[in-house]
Amino acid sequence: MPGHGRHLDRRRFLGYLVAAPTLAVAVGLGADAASARPAKAAVPSPPQPEEIFDLGDMQDLAASPTSGLITVHVNEDGTAAFAVPRAEVGQGMTTAIAMMVAEELDLPLGKVSITLADARPELMMNQLTGGSNSMRSMYVPVRTAAAIARERLAETAAAKWGTTADRVTTRNGVVTGPQGQTATYGELAAAAAATATTRAPAPRLKAAGEFTILGTPQGRIDAYDAITGRKQYTMDLKVPDAKPTMVARPPTIGGTPASLDNEDEIRSLPGVTDVAVITSGIAIRAEAFGQCIDAIQKVRATWNPGPVAGASDDAVQQRLKAALPDLTTPVSLLADTVEADFFFAFASNSPLEPDCAIADVRDASAEIWSPLKAPIVAQGEIAQALGLPQDAVTVHVTEGGGSFGRHLFHDAALEAAEISQKMGKPVKLSWSRTDSFRQGRAHPMCVSRIRASYRLGNVLTYEQRHTSVQTEFGHGLGDMVTATASKLPVGGGLTLSQTIFELTQSSPYDFGVTVQALNEVPLEFSTGSMRNIYSPNVVCAQELVVDQLAKKMGKDPLAFRRGFLKDKRLLAALNKAAEAGDWGKALPEHMAQGIAVHSEYQASIAVLAEIDCTPRTVNRHVPDAVTGPRVTRVTVVVDPGFAINPRGLEAQMIGGVEDGIAMALTSSLHISRGLPLEGSWDNYFYTREWNTPLDIQVIILPNTGDSPSGAGELAVAPTMAATACAYARATGRLPTRFPVNHDDPLGFTPLPAEPSTPQSPTDGLDHVF
Amino acid sequence: MPTHTFILNGRRVTVDADDDLRLLWVLRDILGVTGPKYGCALDVCKACTCHINGKAFNPCSVRVKDISPSDEITTIEGLPATVGADLHPMQQAWLDYDVAQCGYCQPGQIMAAVAKVRQARADGREITDADLDELRNICRCGTYARIREAVKAGAQDM
Repeated sequence: MPGHGRHLDRRRFLGYLVAAPTLAVAVGLGADAASARPAKAAVPSPPQPEEIFDLGDMQDLAASPTSGLITVHVNEDGTAAFAVPRAEVGQGMTTAIAMMVAEELDLPLGKVSITLADARPELMMNQLTGGSNSMRSMYVPVRTAAAIARERLAETAAAKWGTTADRVTTRNGVVTGPQGQTATYGELAAAAAATATTRAPAPRLKAAGEFTILGTPQGRIDAYDAITGRKQYTMDLKVPDAKPTMVARPPTIGGTPASLDNEDEIRSLPGVTDVAVITSGIAIRAEAFGQCIDAIQKVRATWNPGPVAGASDDAVQQRLKAALPDLTTPVSLLADTVEADFFFAFASNSPLEPDCAIADVRDASAEIWSPLKAPIVAQGEIAQALGLPQDAVTVHVTEGGGSFGRHLFHDAALEAAEISQKMGKPVKLSWSRTDSFRQGRAHPMCVSRIRASYRLGNVLTYEQRHTSVQTEFGHGLGDMVTATASKLPVGGGLTLSQTIFELTQSSPYDFGVTVQALNEVPLEFSTGSMRNIYSPNVVCAQELVVDQLAKKMGKDPLAFRRGFLKDKRLLAALNKAAEAGDWGKALPEHMAQGIAVHSEYQASIAVLAEIDCTPRTVNRHVPDAVTGPRVTRVTVVVDPGFAINPRGLEAQMIGGVEDGIAMALTSSLHISRGLPLEGSWDNYFYTREWNTPLDIQVIILPNTGDSPSGAGELAVAPTMAATACAYARATGRLPTRFPVNHDDPLGFTPLPAEPSTPQSPTDGLDHVF
Repeated sequence: MPTHTFILNGRRVTVDADDDLRLLWVLRDILGVTGPKYGCALDVCKACTCHINGKAFNPCSVRVKDISPSDEITTIEGLPATVGADLHPMQQAWLDYDVAQCGYCQPGQIMAAVAKVRQARADGREITDADLDELRNICRCGTYARIREAVKAGAQDM
């Protein structure tokens, strides 16, 4: 193709033509060179580790020695196919990957088919979807494979026409020769195939200026299937004899069954085919899920308490308070200080689709289907639990109905495997909604203690000590940290969590001596990240203190931030948000604006939120709902580096806004006697239509580079922070406990702890509209 | 086992099922119609929203015995046929606004939106933000803003 400049990326990937019936091009995901960015030029405050080397870089580094190959196939029908070793859980990854293939292959987007690869152990650490890293890690290798395929097709056509590749062009899946001859990719696919696998020369990747698909707004490739009901999630798959299965569970987190006292009765219930006592409860397989729910109502079992059986919100808070560290940064006697502790309740990372998996375990093999973000780890642990070699366990990664951190773990897949083995039959396991809230993973309760000191217009010190119930990361990230520990720019002696904290958190402000650190309290709650690990809580606390500093130093929140921000990209985002969101406009009493900034995953973002805390709004009534303050307008300005799909990026920002609002105002778990009280979506108050802002504007700044950044989690932290700052200004009170309604009287009647899954209502026809 | 008859997406179906089995499981586990999703079986999340005689309801909370032979049940799979097209205008709007993220809630969202627009029309008016605030369907990906835009656009073509 004319105009292809030789574009040298900082990372080069080895490509291969793979012996196959039609053209197949593979690229090793391992880079020739580690991809850590060079340290930036010195800044007035010493850079924190996250600024020079972040979690995504660690993931890139961990992937570099991998020998596994990813392969783009060109088929005789003119389509290209690629099985991506990542999970699609709503983030739009498959669409972005399809765009990369289409761009470098000069093929219409509609002719690229993306599927999710099974667990591939040889990919080692390169089959983990997390840390908003997929775009960063796949961007160059996928394009490289597609570019090699395009060049091979051009060469094949050129040879056929007795000319050279530089005299043919490729466009829309067709090669055109110097005399106007044409050949479609489909016609060339077999002839272009290699008969033996050989190294391919490094291809020319397009420069950003040549892109016609990357960087343009595209609709999702799976949208049609989603809106017609054809998109298949795990429970929609038809696996022979995999019958509906649910589990009656103990009344405390992580409890275990001591005995099932009426097994014969359960076995004889309508539709029930099998009953098994498993590690986590009593598994029931039936002809229909409704019959599993019926049977759970009848289970009489004796339970052993779980590891946090007596725990309550209050007791956990006491443990955290007792563990709060002393602040150690010396403060000048002449300086004034702002000090505060910010509390964040447990929060559920449950997606809408309950945890689920299909398992078909045989004597010498097993097959698993589940939406998994770390399928290789799942494969290894399932194999171990079943007593099978790892390669005897096939793990299919299915489309997920959301994740938000939940699917970094494989709790349902492991459980389904155990059930299938014990019953000797295939099972289609779904957790119930109540299971997903009560026994599923939660973002841990935490407290951020901050002290900042200032004098004569300068902030001299900023110290933030974040204390959290321990967070489990799943072995995927843990193994990466272990494998790369000696190469990370953080001090020795840190725990896994502390390492991840240091690789994700940094203050964007020039606040003199800056310390941000984590310590954890080892309580055995079932925990995990939730659309980010630490940032929403850490940034929310930080931005509230920034507003307090501004107030005490007599400055407007916007002007104050302008004065202290270190980073030009962040400053540009802040200024644009202030302008587009009308910062400082006159608002009625009890309404206010809040503004916050955040940098992570190589992206910069500013959010301006406007909140309505008028009594009329706060007290509005929606049946079975919490209402409270309403965020009415949100302006998001994001600098993503390079936006692969602006339309998809905007969607991720909108979703992140809703999460941030929920975390600031409404969504939390209340722990009582070792179990969350929340058991349905009318208890756990994730944002609903009646909480959603009527005006959300997302502005994507012009590309500031040619590398994509992470988007899936980016907007949550600054939206939570901006909402909290707006709330503080609207009410005149600094909120220190989140979500702000957590201490209100419960807005619901808790479902009983037993039976673990409540019976379904029967009055649905009374609510028809 | 009792036999139940009703009209599903324009075709008469007869199934053998316990009287108390909720219609969602009749659709999904017996008839293999998987557009309606299981999100809670508590009539809360609304992921299974379908239509009965043109109005929105949640089959997770209706016993199959309470459905009569003349009842017309429409799932997302049968929605286009109600307008004699490949896609219902509301589905087209969902595509135009690229609403879906994970997509799990979207069949239910679309069915609820169509009913909400019909409800407003029956009252002789167009859909308002206050109407949209009444939609209870959970979208855990947080696509609410695009849902609101798509419902208004889809309504114009209904």
